Amino acid sequence: MELAELGECLSSVSCIVTQSAAGLTIGMLLFLVASGLTLIFGVLGLVNFAHGSLYMIGAYLALTVHGATQSFALAVVAGTLGTALFGLFFERFLLSRIYGRDVLMQLLVCYAVILILDDLVKIIWGADFRSMGVPEEFRRPPFIIGGGIVPYFYAILFAITAAIAVLLAWGMGRTRFGRIVRAAAINPGMVGALGINTTVIYAAVFAIGAGLAGAAGALSAPIRSVVAGAGVSILIESFIVTVIGGMGSIGGALAAALILGFTRSFGSIGFPLFVEGAMFAMMALVLLLRPSGLGGKRPS
Amino acid sequence: MSKTNATTVGRRALLGGTAALAGFPNIGFTQPRQPIKVGVPTILSGRVAQLGLSSRNAMQIEVDRFNASGGLDGRPIELVVRDSRGVPAEAARLAREMISGEGCEFLLDAEPSSGGFAIHEVVRETGTVTLHVNSETSSLTADPRQRFWNAFRVARQGIHDSIAGGAYAAEIAKARNLRRWMTVSPDYAYGRDTTAEFVEYVKNFHSEIQITGETWPRLFQADYTENITRLSQGRPQAVYSCLWAGDLVTFVEQASIFGLFQQSQFFAVNMADYTTLQQVRNLPAGVHSGNRYLRNFPDVPENQEFAAEYNRRFNTFPTNWSWQAATSVRLLGTALRQAGGTDPRAVAGKLKGMTIDSPFGVGGKLTMRAEDQTLVDYAIGWGVTIAQDPYIQRMTPADWAVIYRLEAEWKRSKGWT
Repeated sequence: MELAELGECLSSVSCIVTQSAAGLTIGMLLFLVASGLTLIFGVLGLVNFAHGSLYMIGAYLALTVHGATQSFALAVVAGTLGTALFGLFFERFLLSRIYGRDVLMQLLVCYAVILILDDLVKIIWGADFRSMGVPEEFRRPPFIIGGGIVPYFYAILFAITAAIAVLLAWGMGRTRFGRIVRAAAINPGMVGALGINTTVIYAAVFAIGAGLAGAAGALSAPIRSVVAGAGVSILIESFIVTVIGGMGSIGGALAAALILGFTRSFGSIGFPLFVEGAMFAMMALVLLLRPSGLGGKRPS
Repeated sequence: MSKTNATTVGRRALLGGTAALAGFPNIGFTQPRQPIKVGVPTILSGRVAQLGLSSRNAMQIEVDRFNASGGLDGRPIELVVRDSRGVPAEAARLAREMISGEGCEFLLDAEPSSGGFAIHEVVRETGTVTLHVNSETSSLTADPRQRFWNAFRVARQGIHDSIAGGAYAAEIAKARNLRRWMTVSPDYAYGRDTTAEFVEYVKNFHSEIQITGETWPRLFQADYTENITRLSQGRPQAVYSCLWAGDLVTFVEQASIFGLFQQSQFFAVNMADYTTLQQVRNLPAGVHSGNRYLRNFPDVPENQEFAAEYNRRFNTFPTNWSWQAATSVRLLGTALRQAGGTDPRAVAGKLKGMTIDSPFGVGGKLTMRAEDQTLVDYAIGWGVTIAQDPYIQRMTPADWAVIYRLEAEWKRSKGWT
């Protein structure tokens, strides 16, 4: 533990700025993946263990489109929509057959999909790691705020992810589609009885969740290795977010993702050897004290 | 029994001779000789598949040369390459199967240290002549308890790199007054050991250096932001890293946008390998790196030709593992010819102390040192990066006399001599 260093950091504007910017960016990227995971669980009741692979697909699609067009905007759009489309087929032809089955069956099917997708990626893009690199238009000196460093590209990432979060909150809270989705999460039978096609709702929700994971993969491709199996580590963190935030709660996922982002950034100063441990400890604490999570509804 | 065998052989010889005289030369004299099977357990899938692919490619180039020049009295070498997927237990199982089930007479172990040590124990038992091609962990050959007659290392060694890197970094530190250092290396045995050895030797050469902080990302970590911000906050004058491959690429991409390379001098022992250099989109100028494999270091025509042929055949450039793999085949082929057969004791005897011509050696020579059965005199140097090919310039070759002296002291300190 290096808590004295953490104390020094917290009394320094430059350190607070640098670590906060890092924490926000890490947290928001994590939120994109975890919000899709929690949305799918909340509505479909499905624990999508292959969610990390959707993140990986988004990254590879973005890499390919960026290589062909040199446009980061097109790469992100292709990564998002391409993964959403893939998710749609994935849900319709495979996952829809295991709704309501026990978790073990869901785990087996999803694990098989992880292995198949990893091998497909190797066949199509090769087994070696790939790198997109920070696009030319974002290669600018970092902002210096109060002596702290905020990379230009991180500011862009934060702006895009925050915009997506706002759009998601608005879509789920203020639109007719959002109301139907929330109703389907609570009582799908009643929604169906009202003449609404729940199959379409389920497919759309899964596609949105997949698209969010694809967007996270595409947005982070410039700063992370693009490699087969890249979805595994992000999946573990997403599950931690989902458990802390509450299964099915998007607001809870946002809060939990930011908590984890800040734990990573400030933890690297104060307890660098216990950052991972701290995340799991928080999860354990939430499970003990509030099993439904920060934003989850307590059982009545 | 012996009489029966003699009769059989005599009859075969008689039939062969008759067939030849009757106009069937393919049956009589030029029928292909039995190949010498050489097993190659390695990693061909997963995040470090490049390790096995680039090893296998380079071995094939050298095997083709050996076979084209007549093999061992007409017997060609045949590589039997299998994927361990990076699982040490699987590497050991493959090694056993190659020896007992597939008829491999020799092994070229192209595993990293984790699998290499597992295979080491297998061949200690079977007595198969084995050349470890990619294991850089010093104790594999430096520790006398690990040493036995049939195992050799044809890879660079951690202690050699640490001494060479320490000497180079200390000179730069003295010239630029770099006293406050931090480290960022992967959190597993290789990262911890290599960093500790580098720190020991850089301080040995320049006692005023202080390590003011360290950060240990996980192996294959997706995001290095937290590690980079820690380095930024520590404001070191220099940073050392033994991150490698995709991890190093990701770290460099992220560190670039934080302006870390403007703030601190960066010493990355594993940067100068084409798999890394060509993947970093924003290769910062002025990063200090040890050579892994460079086609212009040593800058001799044979090295350039090796890289050109590799590139022509596989559409990419060799790696550190490639030159080691090519060297292993050349050593084995030379030993086979000198021994005049495949008798393991005779081949091992020839390998001990063998010196061969090689474009990867200092002065065009490489030696399999007899005392600890490990490769020495390979080209080690450090230079600085530039954004374009050849990517590294101002290479400073390491002094092998210094390496030998400090290596001997290090072994004494470990109680290994």
